[in-house]
Amino acid sequence: MATLMATLKTSAQRLVTGGVSSAVKDRLQQSLAFASLIVIFAFFSFASPDFFTYSNITAILFSTVVIGTLALGTTFVIITGGIDLSIGTGMALCAVMSGVFIVNIRLPVGVGVLSAILFGGLIGLVNGFNVAVLKIPPFIATLAMMLVAQGLALVISHSTPIYFNDASGYVAISTGNLIPGVNFPNAVVILAVVAVVSAVLLKKTVLGRFAYSIGSNEEATALSGINVRKWKIIVYAFAGLFIGLAGVMISARLGSAQPATGMGYELQAIAAVVIGGTSLSGGKGSIVGTVIGALIISVLNNGLQITSIPQEWQNVILGGVILIAVYADIIRKRT
Amino acid sequence: MTTTVAGQTLTGAPLLEVEGVSKSFPGVKALSDMRLDLRRGEVLALVGENGAGKSTLMKLLSGIYTADAGQFRLNGRPFHATKPKQALELGISIIHQDFNLMPHLTVAQNIFIGREPSAGRFLLSERELNAKAKDLVARLQLPLNVKQLVGNLTVAKQQMVEIAKALSYDAKVLIMDEPTAALNYAEVATLHEVIRRFVREDTGVIYISHRIDELKAIADRITVIRDGKYVDTVDTQATSMKEVISMMVGRTLTSDARPEGVRSDREVLLSVRGLSTKSLLKDVSFELRKGEILGFAGLMGAGRTEVARALVGADKIDTGTIELRGKTVKIANPAVAAKHRIGYLSEDRKHFGLLLEQDVNANIALSSVSELSTKLGFVKDRALRAKSEEYVTSLKIKTPSINQTTKNLSGGNQQKVVMAKWLVKDCDILIFDEPTRGIDVGAKEEIYGLLNELAAQGKSIIMISSELPEVLRMSHRIVVMCEGRVTGLLDADEAAQENVMHYATLRPDENPADAPELGAEPPRPEAEPTPEQPGRGAGE
Ligand SMILES: Nc1ncnc2c1ncn2[C@@H]1O[C@H](COP(=O)(O)OP(=O)(O)OP(=O)(O)O)[C@@H](O)[C@H]1O
Ligand SMILES: [Mg+2]
Repeated sequence: MATLMATLKTSAQRLVTGGVSSAVKDRLQQSLAFASLIVIFAFFSFASPDFFTYSNITAILFSTVVIGTLALGTTFVIITGGIDLSIGTGMALCAVMSGVFIVNIRLPVGVGVLSAILFGGLIGLVNGFNVAVLKIPPFIATLAMMLVAQGLALVISHSTPIYFNDASGYVAISTGNLIPGVNFPNAVVILAVVAVVSAVLLKKTVLGRFAYSIGSNEEATALSGINVRKWKIIVYAFAGLFIGLAGVMISARLGSAQPATGMGYELQAIAAVVIGGTSLSGGKGSIVGTVIGALIISVLNNGLQITSIPQEWQNVILGGVILIAVYADIIRKRT
Repeated sequence: MTTTVAGQTLTGAPLLEVEGVSKSFPGVKALSDMRLDLRRGEVLALVGENGAGKSTLMKLLSGIYTADAGQFRLNGRPFHATKPKQALELGISIIHQDFNLMPHLTVAQNIFIGREPSAGRFLLSERELNAKAKDLVARLQLPLNVKQLVGNLTVAKQQMVEIAKALSYDAKVLIMDEPTAALNYAEVATLHEVIRRFVREDTGVIYISHRIDELKAIADRITVIRDGKYVDTVDTQATSMKEVISMMVGRTLTSDARPEGVRSDREVLLSVRGLSTKSLLKDVSFELRKGEILGFAGLMGAGRTEVARALVGADKIDTGTIELRGKTVKIANPAVAAKHRIGYLSEDRKHFGLLLEQDVNANIALSSVSELSTKLGFVKDRALRAKSEEYVTSLKIKTPSINQTTKNLSGGNQQKVVMAKWLVKDCDILIFDEPTRGIDVGAKEEIYGLLNELAAQGKSIIMISSELPEVLRMSHRIVVMCEGRVTGLLDADEAAQENVMHYATLRPDENPADAPELGAEPPRPEAEPTPEQPGRGAGE
C-alpha cells in the first residue's frame, strides 16, 4: 500500500515536472500558459457569438501589437534580472518624437520612423548607463526615467497631440494591409516579424546567452570574463528600440501622438512577460511565453468587453490571472 | 540485525538505522538498497566518490527528500520524516554541504531563525535572543561573538554557526556533509574538538568527507558507498586508508602525479610588484614563470583570494604594478583579464562560479561563448556543446546529460563543472582558488594530472589551496602569505609542512627583519615531508 502510494506520488510528480530537464519544465510553463489561452478563448467563444469571428480575431491581434512590442523588449531586460518601468511613458515620448520628426521637421516618413525607434534606443541607453555604470537599482532608475519621459513628452509637445494628417503613409504602417483587399493589418505582421527576430536573438546569439547568464548569477558571469557592464547597457538599449517601435505603432494607429498617454502600459507589458513564464528574478524566460502572455491579456480585455462585463472588472480579473500564473510558476519550481 | 519490541527501545539497538533505501531522480538512480547503522556515541564517516549518493542519503534522513523505498529507524523505532522540521524534532540535525546562513543577520539571529523569543506579541526581543545564543555558544565552547554579522565571518566561523544552530535543536544525531572542505588544519582540529565534545552515550555523528587523511583522527567506523550502493563498513583503527580508497573507487589508485621541475631560466610571464589594496593586501610581489605551478599557502584570511581577485580586476588595486610578458598592464575588470588570457576560478562555486539554474552546457561554455561565436554574434551552439560533452567525459562529470540543471549535480560534480569552464577556454594563466574543494580522491588525482599536463604545455598556474599536502605536492614554488603580506617564498624541494606553517603565521611586526627571500634558510625540520595528522584527542 505504502509503495503504491509512493509510486503514485512519484508518477504524479513526473507528470507535473514533466521529466528530465529544466528545458522541459520551461516548455511546460509555456504550455500551461498556452492551455490557459485556449481555455479562455474557448470560454468566450461559448459566451458570445461575436467573439470567434474573423473581424474580432483580427481586432484582438491588432490590440496585442503595442503591449506585445513593449513586452518583447522587456523580456530581455527581465531575463537579466532587471526591470523597465519607463517603457509606457517612454513610448509616449517616442510617439511625440515621431511627430516632431515627421510633422514638425518634415523628415521623410521612413527616416522619421527610424529616428523615433533610435530615440527609444537612446532612452534605453540612458537606462542602461544608470543601471550598469551608476549602479542605480533598475526599479529606481527606470521609475525615474518613467517620470522624465512623461514630462518630456508634455514639454516637447506643449501638452497637445500632434496629428499625422499630412503624412498619409504613416498611418498605413499600422492599419494598412500588406495584401490589398485582405483585411489583415500591417501592425500584426510587424509584431510577428519582431517576435521571430527577438526569439532568434534570445536563443541563438551572444546577446541572449549573456542576458540569461547575467540574470542567473551576475558575479559568476563577470568572473567568467564577460563584460557585464557593457552587456547590460546593450540589453537596455536594445529593449529601448522596442519602446521606439511601440511609440511608432501606437501613434500610427491613432493617427496622432498623444503625449499624456503611456502610463499603465508598462504594467500590462510586464504582466504579459510574467504570465508567459519569465521569472522576475532573472535567468529564465522565453519569447514564445511572452507572446502567449500578451495574447492572454488582449483576449481577456476583448472577451470581457464583448460579454459586456463592466470595464472596472477587467483589471480585477487581469490581476487574478497574474496571481494564478505566478503561483503556477512557484508550484512548478517546488516539485 | 537488532530486534526491537514495539514501542520499546532496546539498549542494544543502534542509534540510527537505514535499511533498503532507494531514491531516484529523473534520469538518475541516486541510491539503491542502501543501508547504514550509526551506533550510540560514535562518529561514523560516510565516504564515496562524487555523486555516490552521500548527500542524497542525508537529505532523505533529514526529511528534505522522500525515499522511494526503505526504512529508517531511530533507537529501534521506525520513523519517516517528510519535512525538515519533523526530523529536527526527532533530534536529527544536518549541516549541509552548502551553508544555509543569512549573511545580513547576526550569529544569534541565524542560530534561532524562525524561533526568535518574542517580547509581547509581535516585537522580537533582541536581548533575550543574544543571551540565549551566548549561553549556547558558551556551552559548546565555540569561539563566536553572537552579535557579529555572519557575512563578515570566515568560512570556519560560519561552519561553527551552523554547528551551534544544529545543536540548538537538542540534536541526538548530527549529520555533517563535508564540514571541513573549506577549512585548514588548525580549523579542522578545532572542529574535531567540538565534535568530540558533542558525542555522548546517546548521541552520534555522521561525518561526510573527501579528506580521507582526517578520518583516522575523528571517525570510529567508516561506511563506504559506491554508485548509490552500500559497499562495506570498517573499523577505522583496523583499516588502512589505502583500503578505504580502493573500496571507494573500486580499484587501487596508483597515480602519483608530480609536476616536472621548471628550469629557472624559463621566461617570466607575470610579474607583480608592490600590490596593495585598501582592504587587506600590503606590498605583495611575486613572479610567475611560463609553465610553472605557483602554489599559494596561508591561513584563512591571509589574502590569497584577494591577490587573485586583484589580479583579474575583480577588486580595485590601490598601488602596485602588474607586468605581463614584460609590459605593464592595467586590468580593470575580469573581462580585460580574459582578453589577456587570464582566468580565475573562484573558491566559492555557489556564489561566484556557477549559474545554478542553468544547464551544465551553459556553465561550461560560459567563458568561451564570445570566442565560439560568429562575427554577427551568433553562438556556435554545436561547437560549444561538443566542447561541453568532451569535458563532461574527460573530467568524468556525473550527469545524465549536458542539459541537466547544474543545481541537481552533486557538490563535487558542480566543482568539476567550474573547472571545465576554465579548461575549455585557452588561457595562458589560470588562477585556481581551492580547485579541488569537495572533489573525491580519485578525481583529485585526475585533476592533478591535468594541472601537470597544462604546465607541461607551457601554461602557468597559480594554485591557492588550504590543503597543504596538495600545495606541497603540486607546486614548483610556494608563496606563503600572512595577513595580507607575502611572508615566504619556498622552492618545492625545501618546502615542508612545518616551513610553510612557520611563514603562514609570521606576522610582519613580530620579525620585520625576516625578509622573504628565495633561498633563505627556513627552519628545516627533521620530520618527513608528509603532513602529520592531528592525533586523536585523549579527552574522550
Ligand atoms: N535534486 C536532484 N535532481 C536530480 N538529480 C539529483 C538531485 N540530487 C542529486 N542528484 C543526483 O544524485 C546523485 C547523487 O548525488 P549526491 O549529491 O547524493 O552525491 P554525493 O555523494 O553527495 O557527491 P559529492 O561528493 O560530489 O557531494 C548524483 O548523480 C546527482 O547528480
Ligand atoms: Mg554531496
